[in-house]
Amino acid sequence: MNTLQKVRWAKPVIFLLCLLPFLLAVGDAFNITGGLDANPVEDLQDRFGNWALRFIMIALSITPLRKISGWNWLSRFRRMLGLFAFFYVLMHFLVWLILDQGLLLSAILEDIVKRPFITLGFAAFVLLTAMAATSTAVMRRRMGKRWQQLHYAVYVVGVLGVWHYWWQVKADIREPLLYATILTVLLGFRLVSHYRSVARHRKSGEKRRAVPGTP
Amino acid sequence: MLIRKAEDIRPSEITSKSNYLNRRNFLKSAGAIGGSALAGPALSAVVPVEEHAKIPNIATSRFSKEERNNSLEDISTYNNYYEFGTGKADPHKYSQKFKPRPWKITVDGEAEETGTYDFDDFIKPFDAEERIYRMRCVEAWSMVIPWVGISLAEVVKRFKPTSKAKYVAFTTLHDPSRMPGQRSRVLDWPYREGLTIAEATNPLAILAIGIYGEALPNQNGAPIRLVTPWKYGFKGIKGIVRMSFVEKQPRTSWNLSAPQEYGFYANVNPDVDHPRWSQARERRIGTGLFADKIPTRMFNGYGEQVADLYKGLDLRKNF
Repeated sequence: MNTLQKVRWAKPVIFLLCLLPFLLAVGDAFNITGGLDANPVEDLQDRFGNWALRFIMIALSITPLRKISGWNWLSRFRRMLGLFAFFYVLMHFLVWLILDQGLLLSAILEDIVKRPFITLGFAAFVLLTAMAATSTAVMRRRMGKRWQQLHYAVYVVGVLGVWHYWWQVKADIREPLLYATILTVLLGFRLVSHYRSVARHRKSGEKRRAVPGTP
Repeated sequence: MLIRKAEDIRPSEITSKSNYLNRRNFLKSAGAIGGSALAGPALSAVVPVEEHAKIPNIATSRFSKEERNNSLEDISTYNNYYEFGTGKADPHKYSQKFKPRPWKITVDGEAEETGTYDFDDFIKPFDAEERIYRMRCVEAWSMVIPWVGISLAEVVKRFKPTSKAKYVAFTTLHDPSRMPGQRSRVLDWPYREGLTIAEATNPLAILAIGIYGEALPNQNGAPIRLVTPWKYGFKGIKGIVRMSFVEKQPRTSWNLSAPQEYGFYANVNPDVDHPRWSQARERRIGTGLFADKIPTRMFNGYGEQVADLYKGLDLRKNF
């Protein structure tokens, strides 16, 4: 089996693995696999929110991992992982919208406008929606340079997501701090490799513009 | 992390509602046979040390709200008690080994009678009463809990506070070896709370010693905690070891942690939002995944008993 074949085999397996937290949450919600806690709405919302953050971090770790290991096939999983990040953000958003707020428009708008941590989360959701909607190969081709510019927004999404979580907790910032640390490493890696490549290009006297790292 | 551990309490272990109501009827009729609870000799509160033993001679109270009680499972598995961890399931998980006996309570400050008392002696002079109260958490969820408690007004009276005593301050046990959550500095330990003397002597305020007729579970603040149903839940300080009569308003834990978010009074108020979320509605625990939130009431619906305490006070400033 060559690498391409291996990737083809691995994709459905990874897809199912990524779906597992969702299936378990649904199973728990209907008391099949277990159960939710005494505040089931909050439990579901927290689980999806946590998985959304995890998938954003996982998707952001593909490029550094690829560069360090030289395993270029890793980038073939990037879109799927990014779409799972969107999927869990969407579930987190829908649980809030339907189960928590009961589709009460006035309360929803008030929350988005008046509660800064919800404003942040909502902004991240809007950005991710735009990215998910333009994630197909056709859209990528059609948008050309603008596609890349739009998809750099994943860095902003990462920051907004962690910030959203940080402002939501009452006193125990240990978990948001952990996400912030991971995000700093992942974004820091890109910054360092970007400046290194700029320096390299200058040294070799090349005039052409340095290409920043892909997301 | 994906697979949830089965809860330690099975539904079958929880008192069924019919059993529970029967017991209450039995207690009511027992009270009737023995003459009026109020006129009779003091019922003297006792909490048996044995696990799941019933607290004897529980009187009923006119302050109880007849609403659908939350199950013991809900009440004892979904808690905020940072001394045992900051997750809602942590207090249940990490308090199982906690021993609430022996327990000493120190009373000090501006009072004629002060000293250190053993828990059993501390509660003995008072009647154990059942008080079914709503509890509204500042996080916008609520429960209905059948507490067993002693009247805080009676407790305060007993120690004869002097005219200098304007507030009552409470402190939780500080012992990181027994309370693992205290090993991380998420709050400035020990947990501290306080009430004005007028609030502490309001007939609604109790020191709870039980739930559903049995000793308080560790995760709910064993062996003794404060319950002030018209205030947000965080005022209900748990595992009390000190009660001080003081002249100046005492600093309180959440106020120290985030003064712009948590005030000294912390009265339930649907019109004054927490800076990060609305307080207009609340989620009643135990109503399931698809239930709507319910409107939050001023003073959690206890205005008739407590609104007078705050006459002339700007509740927006004094949140």
